[in-house]
Amino acid sequence: MTAPVYNFAYLDEQTKRMIRRAILKAIAIPGYQVPFASREMPMPYGWGTGGVQVTAAILGPQDVLKVIDQGSDDTTNAVSIRKFFTRTAGVRTTTATLEATVIQTRHRVPETALNENQVLVYQVPIPEPLRFLEPRETETRRMHALSEYGLMHVKLYEDIARHGHIATAYAYPVQVDSRYVMDPSPIPKFDNPKLSNCAALQLFGAGREKRIYAIPPYTRVTSLDFDDHPFEPYRHDASCELCNATESYLDEVITDDEGHRMFVCSDTDFCEQRRAAGHGPVAARPQAEAAHD
Amino acid sequence: MNAPAYDMAFASQAAFRALMECLSRPGETRRLDGAGAPAPMAQATAALVRSLADYETPIWFDPAFAAAPAIADWIRFHTGAPIVATPDKAAFALIADALALPGFIQFAQGSEEYPDRSTTIIIQVESFAGPALTLQGPGIATTCEFAATPLPADFAQRLRDNREMYPRGVDLVFVAGDRIAALPRSVRVVEN
Repeated sequence: MTAPVYNFAYLDEQTKRMIRRAILKAIAIPGYQVPFASREMPMPYGWGTGGVQVTAAILGPQDVLKVIDQGSDDTTNAVSIRKFFTRTAGVRTTTATLEATVIQTRHRVPETALNENQVLVYQVPIPEPLRFLEPRETETRRMHALSEYGLMHVKLYEDIARHGHIATAYAYPVQVDSRYVMDPSPIPKFDNPKLSNCAALQLFGAGREKRIYAIPPYTRVTSLDFDDHPFEPYRHDASCELCNATESYLDEVITDDEGHRMFVCSDTDFCEQRRAAGHGPVAARPQAEAAHD
Repeated sequence: MNAPAYDMAFASQAAFRALMECLSRPGETRRLDGAGAPAPMAQATAALVRSLADYETPIWFDPAFAAAPAIADWIRFHTGAPIVATPDKAAFALIADALALPGFIQFAQGSEEYPDRSTTIIIQVESFAGPALTLQGPGIATTCEFAATPLPADFAQRLRDNREMYPRGVDLVFVAGDRIAALPRSVRVVEN
């Protein structure tokens, strides 16, 4: 009566086979968006249904799963997806980046360098980098087939003409292995360099848009730019007020209605590890500490 | 039909995961817990077919497999995959006689718009030893060595021609007993 009526990791075996075949093609053609028959999941589109399907298809009983949402293990999306797989697959979960074998992420790449035994699964809202420039799928397909990416450079150039610099701050387009231009999902462009030559396999799942794509390990990924306007990752000019990190990506937290704010690491595990290792705040701010914990 | 105990969810996940790792790290090999199959199908080939094939994936096999009628029965019984007579209609092609491997151009290459609509060729070899090719490409940190015996004498040239077609082309999976390796279409042969 209480026996689960679903398969290991929720999806049925035929669905998993279909997704697995798409993943294999995606790995063989880095950056190319493989269409797949995305299923209805027990969560709404926009909550990571693509990432969840990819994770469900690769997950085995020996895996250790970590789920992050904007770098945090503690937010609603991360907690509910972690619970989903605890319940449907019974896998062990963790918040420690180095302990995980599969990491599902929404919009961040962990600060800690990934290793060869890990797979990073991204949740992707709009997989087609050219979609806002060309709405027709038939045309964007053709543009990818011909490596016709001039339009994307025009878009970046218009940024420069209007703002004096490339103003795209997230979902900054990349080119994979000198061939396909790809949307890295809405990660901050601070994370773009981490995509290149990464030791871990990176898989991207877009549930509503029904696309899977991949970056194999040790693949060159370049952010599109110009010789006179080279790509520059952006980071707030501050250090984390909890762990004093100066290299990590920072979130700006508004602390009251009088204009006070603080910067903290977006990657909660990275921040916790640093504090456990004795790195502390520059000046004591007890109320800020309490707010985070 | 003799169907050995086989846990669909866990065995197929293990086989897929091994292949996913091999395909994303060309040149590396992984061991697969095999599924029993009639000769001349190797254990790991059987595990891969059961993990990946179903009614959506037409299968073509070479004359060496076709000579054993039990193979077609086994595939139909366990996967429901349609068996096709021409390699360019196949999602998966099974090759028992690696020396008689047909030219890659005879298999589905995909189109420029949909390069994923191509054949994955599973080739049975005796061992991952012999004269090595040096490879570069996605999944390979610097260069890697790949060797398998037996392979056609012009295998390196075939890989180069396959790469010329990129992003169209075929992906190769090699099986030696219970070990597998894979070469995605993205690999580049380094000239010596």
